[in-house]
Amino acid sequence: MGSRASTLLREEEIEEIKKETGFSHSQITRLYSRFTSLDKGENGTLSREDFQRIPELAINPLGDRIINAFFPEGEDQVNFRGFMRTLAHFRPIEDNEKNKNYSGDFIAFRLYDLDRDDKISRDELLQVLRMMVGVNISDEQLGSIADRTIQEADTNGDNSISFNEFIKVLEKVDVEQKMSIRFLH
Amino acid sequence: MRRRRFVLLWILGSVLLMWPVTGVTGVTGVKDKSHPKPPGCESNPNQTEHGVVITEVPIVTFKWHHVEDPYLVALWVLVAGLAKMVIEANHHVTNVIPESALLICFGFILGGMIWGADKVQTFKLTPTVFFFYLLPQVILDAGYSMPNKLFFSNLGGILVYAIIGTCWNAGSLGLSLWGCHMGGAMGDLDIGLLQYLLFGSLIAAVDPVAVIAVFEQVHVNEVLFIMVFGESLLNDGVTVVLFNVFDAFVSLGGPKINAVEIIKGIISFFVVAFGGSLLGFVFGLLVSLLTRCTKNIKIIEPGFIFVLGYLSYLTAEMLSLSAILSIVFCGICCQKYINANMDENSVNTVRYFMKVLANGSETIIFVFLGISAVDKTLWVWNTGFVLLTLLFVIVYRCIGVFFLTWILNKFRLVPIGFIDQVILSYGGLRGAVAYGLAVMLDENKIKEKNLMVSTTLIVVYFTVIFQGITMKPLVTWLKVKRAAITELTLIEKVQNKVFDHMLVAIEDISGQIGHNYMRGKWNNFEEKWMSTVLMKPSARKNRDYVYKVFHQLNLKDAMSYVAEGERRGSLEFVRNDKAFIDFKKKFGDDFSEAMPDIMETLKYLIYSPSIRDPVPSVSLEMHEQAMNGMRGAEEINSHHLLQQHLYKGRKQHRHRYSRSHFDVNKDENEVQEIFQRTMRNRLESFKSAKMGVAPPKTISKHTKKDQPQKMANGKSQDKSRSYQSGDEDFEFSEGDSASGYNASGSSFPMRVTYRAGAGIENPAFMADVDPMDPMQIPPWLAEAELDSGMVAPSQRAQVRLPWTPSNLRRLAPLRISTHSTDSFTLVGYPPMRQTDDEDLPPPPPPPPPNREDDHM
Repeated sequence: MGSRASTLLREEEIEEIKKETGFSHSQITRLYSRFTSLDKGENGTLSREDFQRIPELAINPLGDRIINAFFPEGEDQVNFRGFMRTLAHFRPIEDNEKNKNYSGDFIAFRLYDLDRDDKISRDELLQVLRMMVGVNISDEQLGSIADRTIQEADTNGDNSISFNEFIKVLEKVDVEQKMSIRFLH
Repeated sequence: MRRRRFVLLWILGSVLLMWPVTGVTGVTGVKDKSHPKPPGCESNPNQTEHGVVITEVPIVTFKWHHVEDPYLVALWVLVAGLAKMVIEANHHVTNVIPESALLICFGFILGGMIWGADKVQTFKLTPTVFFFYLLPQVILDAGYSMPNKLFFSNLGGILVYAIIGTCWNAGSLGLSLWGCHMGGAMGDLDIGLLQYLLFGSLIAAVDPVAVIAVFEQVHVNEVLFIMVFGESLLNDGVTVVLFNVFDAFVSLGGPKINAVEIIKGIISFFVVAFGGSLLGFVFGLLVSLLTRCTKNIKIIEPGFIFVLGYLSYLTAEMLSLSAILSIVFCGICCQKYINANMDENSVNTVRYFMKVLANGSETIIFVFLGISAVDKTLWVWNTGFVLLTLLFVIVYRCIGVFFLTWILNKFRLVPIGFIDQVILSYGGLRGAVAYGLAVMLDENKIKEKNLMVSTTLIVVYFTVIFQGITMKPLVTWLKVKRAAITELTLIEKVQNKVFDHMLVAIEDISGQIGHNYMRGKWNNFEEKWMSTVLMKPSARKNRDYVYKVFHQLNLKDAMSYVAEGERRGSLEFVRNDKAFIDFKKKFGDDFSEAMPDIMETLKYLIYSPSIRDPVPSVSLEMHEQAMNGMRGAEEINSHHLLQQHLYKGRKQHRHRYSRSHFDVNKDENEVQEIFQRTMRNRLESFKSAKMGVAPPKTISKHTKKDQPQKMANGKSQDKSRSYQSGDEDFEFSEGDSASGYNASGSSFPMRVTYRAGAGIENPAFMADVDPMDPMQIPPWLAEAELDSGMVAPSQRAQVRLPWTPSNLRRLAPLRISTHSTDSFTLVGYPPMRQTDDEDLPPPPPPPPPNREDDHM
């Protein structure tokens, strides 16, 4: 697999991805082999179905939302570049490159913000909550949880959470740290 | 100043206590249970029974020996407790010097006094007492309150420190001391290499008790804390093995040690450590299972946890596995399930009692560490040995930590910073475990036992006192990241969960098996199997994480609302506009769950007394104080309010129905207050009548909330019912649940019977009394009424008081929202009540007397 991956991935492509995402050479080739193994259609792009075929994602309550995060708006295919760009959000940030471009906040925010209006409305929040809690919680209960959550974050009183408000509440949570994964070399 | 006086008093007291005690007992060790009883003890009762001919019936006999042992134990617990109290009396001191250090110093003083009286050290910390009676609860508490997620996500690092670090400390210390010995730094000592290694192994381990005591006052960031703390707990396995192995080697003697023995030693490490952990795990599951089945006898739940925890410790000890690991894992693995399975009161009991025990033994341990030092026979001084040990302990700890961290950081997502490493090395406190092990050394095999014991003590004192005192300034000076005071917010919790799911998903997508992948797998497994088996079905339902946080937040809010209300003397704050909405949002839900409909409520009302019956009165007290949960809080609140704010003095006059007894109330202020309030309300209602709005129709004639129960009068019941419904409306506005209470509205007409002649009423008021259309009152008006600052009893209290079967017929689906609240505002005008009573000659059957009191 690895050898095939490196044959398909040109050296200059790797360099570009490296520059763009900060992954190391070996990480890129490794992830490329993963990419190709997911790519059942063998057309160089991943579709939603390709992602959904991962068995663990099926039991992840937020699986579909996370899959969504890989797809740019309006598209249903993602190439390796895009794949890596999304994964880069989860790369631990080293001290020397504190560019906020790859901060995890945005991905996390997009997870809620389905209609991409840069606001998390009560309904959107409710949907995510519903995914995460068991069936034992009634809709009313969940509704008041959502209300309260919004209340906590909402500073301008529009009954929804904007991106800025979102970042603000999560200030204390070390997002960079909590959203980081150690990618194997 | 005050403190000094305390101390003086205390010293005086303890001298008085100690003197006769020590005088009588001679050399008996208080805590020395392993000692056989001194002959005196046994012969004494014999004498009284057989030897001495009883010539007369003794009225009083002084039988000190009869109670000696338990008495001394109890006294020591008392002494330690008092010591702690005195020490904690002044926070300026404890801010600078950690409590553990002060306790040791207190032990010095006490030990000095005993020494002065006896000329021998009567009391010492013996290994038996320490390991069997003092240590387990401290460790159980540590395991039970362990932040599991944090612990397991740092488990790799902790294990590296605990295993490799401890071995390194032991080995390097032993070898270096031996090297120095060979080099002639210590003069003439009869210690061989193996004995040095044995000494190294006993002093290598970081002590959990000392670490907890010092670090819990410093509040370093949680990763750092869990590193030190986890290491201190887990390295016990290593210590026990090293100690036993080297002890065996020393007994075997150098020549007999071969590769086989060494391999056996290594194997025994795995057996001891993993066997201990596994045993603890099994016991943890057992506790969980047991608490699953205690539905009918909740009172023994806490007992199971303590007993089984202790048994896991003893069993491990019996099988010569690591007892500390066993009890730690028992605590760690049962915490989730027992907290879900047990009644909330039991959970609190366990938590609190665990803390009491742990804190108590911690105190005793430190005091006795101090006392043990004052013993001339113990001290053997060898400057080279002592100082070199101290030096090596510190130096090798630093080297070990820095080296291991360097390796760890290659694998850690979030590296441990340099400053954290400094604290990590500096936090290598030694404590009572090391001392206990040192005392256990066999004097026949190790000639210099006393030197080792005294060196151990020096190291313990140095680390606990010196490093303990300097820890805080160091942490401040190095600007170590402190633990953030995490305020519980729902969004953060939700977001943390989201992050967890995301990370798992990303690892799945990128096809690696990492931390999160493992955690995901474990969670699924846990969810699927363990929870199903170990948790009550009902507990499983309510255990959703997000919901729990929400629930906690609600409770917190409820309590602060209540506290605020008590401060102001009323619950009016709940009813101002904004708070009302807030409150509704926050509580509507919770409450609807508690009382989804009226039937539920009725059941609750009816059964609540009987539910409590099986609980002995002691726990009733606790039940009330639990303040846990809406109901608890409310109950307290109502008690408090009732006690504090009820107008007193009239209940004894309930038989008098004539107005003339108004002045029975001696309290001028109260009378004044009541009068003013009534007048104000009338004015209010007058105004509203003018505006054409039906004002508060409920003119409640009964001032006091307690009257309803005392008065044996149908009206009073009605009134409080109605009041209660209003309350419910305002606070919880859950239509369904409220409707039941509102029934009172229908009963209103009966009671609105006053006579104009009654004197104080003004005519406008009469018009207001239109019970039949409550809905007309605009909320703002109702609120205004409420603002008049009456004491609002909590809902629970209201619900309970008036409940009688006779009320049932009044329950009607009619939903009246606001009016009832007003009833309260008008309360307290006695004449009205009396009129009422006259009007209604046949009062409904009296409510069971003091129903409320039954449960309070």
